Amino acid sequence: MTPIEARVRQYVTDRLLFGRSDVVVEGDTSFLESGLIDSTGVLELVAFLEENFKVKVEDEDLIPANLDSINALTRFIQAKSPALADSRA
Amino acid sequence: MGENRNKFSPDHLRLDASAEAERIVSFIRDAVFTRLKRKGMVVGLSGGIDSSTVVALAVRALGADRVIGLFMPESDSSDDSLRLGQLLAKELGIKTFTEDISGILRGADCYRRRDEAIRTVVPEYHSGYKSKLVLSSLDSSEFRISYVVVESPEGEQRKVRLTAEAFLALVAATNFKQRTRKMMEYYYADRFLYAVAGTPNRLEYDLGFFVKNGDGSADIKPIAHLYKSQVYQLAGYLGVPQEIVNRPPTTDTYSLPQSQEEFYFSLPYDKMDLCLYGKTHRLPASEVAEALGMSEAQVERVYRDIDAKRAVARYLHMEPLLIEPIKEAVVDF
Repeated sequence: MTPIEARVRQYVTDRLLFGRSDVVVEGDTSFLESGLIDSTGVLELVAFLEENFKVKVEDEDLIPANLDSINALTRFIQAKSPALADSRA
Repeated sequence: MGENRNKFSPDHLRLDASAEAERIVSFIRDAVFTRLKRKGMVVGLSGGIDSSTVVALAVRALGADRVIGLFMPESDSSDDSLRLGQLLAKELGIKTFTEDISGILRGADCYRRRDEAIRTVVPEYHSGYKSKLVLSSLDSSEFRISYVVVESPEGEQRKVRLTAEAFLALVAATNFKQRTRKMMEYYYADRFLYAVAGTPNRLEYDLGFFVKNGDGSADIKPIAHLYKSQVYQLAGYLGVPQEIVNRPPTTDTYSLPQSQEEFYFSLPYDKMDLCLYGKTHRLPASEVAEALGMSEAQVERVYRDIDAKRAVARYLHMEPLLIEPIKEAVVDF
């Protein structure tokens, strides 16, 4: 697991599961379809990305392919911030 | 011909308006006099189709002298709301009261809190500006993202994406409006020993387009089972003035004109009705798509949006949770 994925997983546990570590969210589990996220949750997710990874999330980035699963988020952060991905931060 | 008899179409929502009106009238009479043990009904009038239909039904059920219409304008209300409400009340011959709730809202700092929330994303925003909340369209993404549209005193409009904090603060502040109106309705209900009507239609009730303990609160919700297009049919049958029937549905909550689609629903009400019917009756998206002239993928998106809205609505519908039931306090009719 990369450090980015670990931070994303921690966010999912803390914010989407309200700290419930007994619930397993697979890498490709859709946040929308599993009811983990609603429209307010998407805005919170954007704040998490912008504050923690210093990336700018544009309107056109707000699509499920970028944000709807742990794997999608990890890929999105890596693509948005190659330096971060290289340093394995 | 035979195989098309049950083909899905807007006809599925066609009402026998006379029979439905009688059913609701009889329900209101029994609910108010027998079950709620009240002498009449208070209806908040917005000049919109739902409250107009409910008050017309209430008059049929209880008589004009047992129905009170309340007008509750505030600083951001459209002038049409009051004018159309008064037009209907006059036709029905009911007693009305007007309560301008702007003072209460100022006392609760509703407007200041709203403006502060907007300023976190539009720093130059001030009281001379107008604003409204809008959602991204379903066509642009499956995520429904909230934006604020602001209009400067010079008339220049700008659309800015909200942060989660700004969105929640903005909604929390504007919810004072619906809660204040309901508080006022209960004042008159207590004063005259009347019941309070809720006026949601099925789209609003099922998909959670209401404020908990605001417009979501009531003693009786006589049209919550009706799709919006059915409410229009009933309004036509009841003789609700054409000007009210023709008025586009609005939230009348923000200072800029705001349609219900841009704020909450994904589609105009007639299409949304059919999608909700299709989803509720487990019709394949392809069948609904054909009836509406939409693509199957679009209807699938609306179906998923309905699921998402119902998930949020669950909290809104929930009664207070108790450690254990108290059977003596359960009212069973």
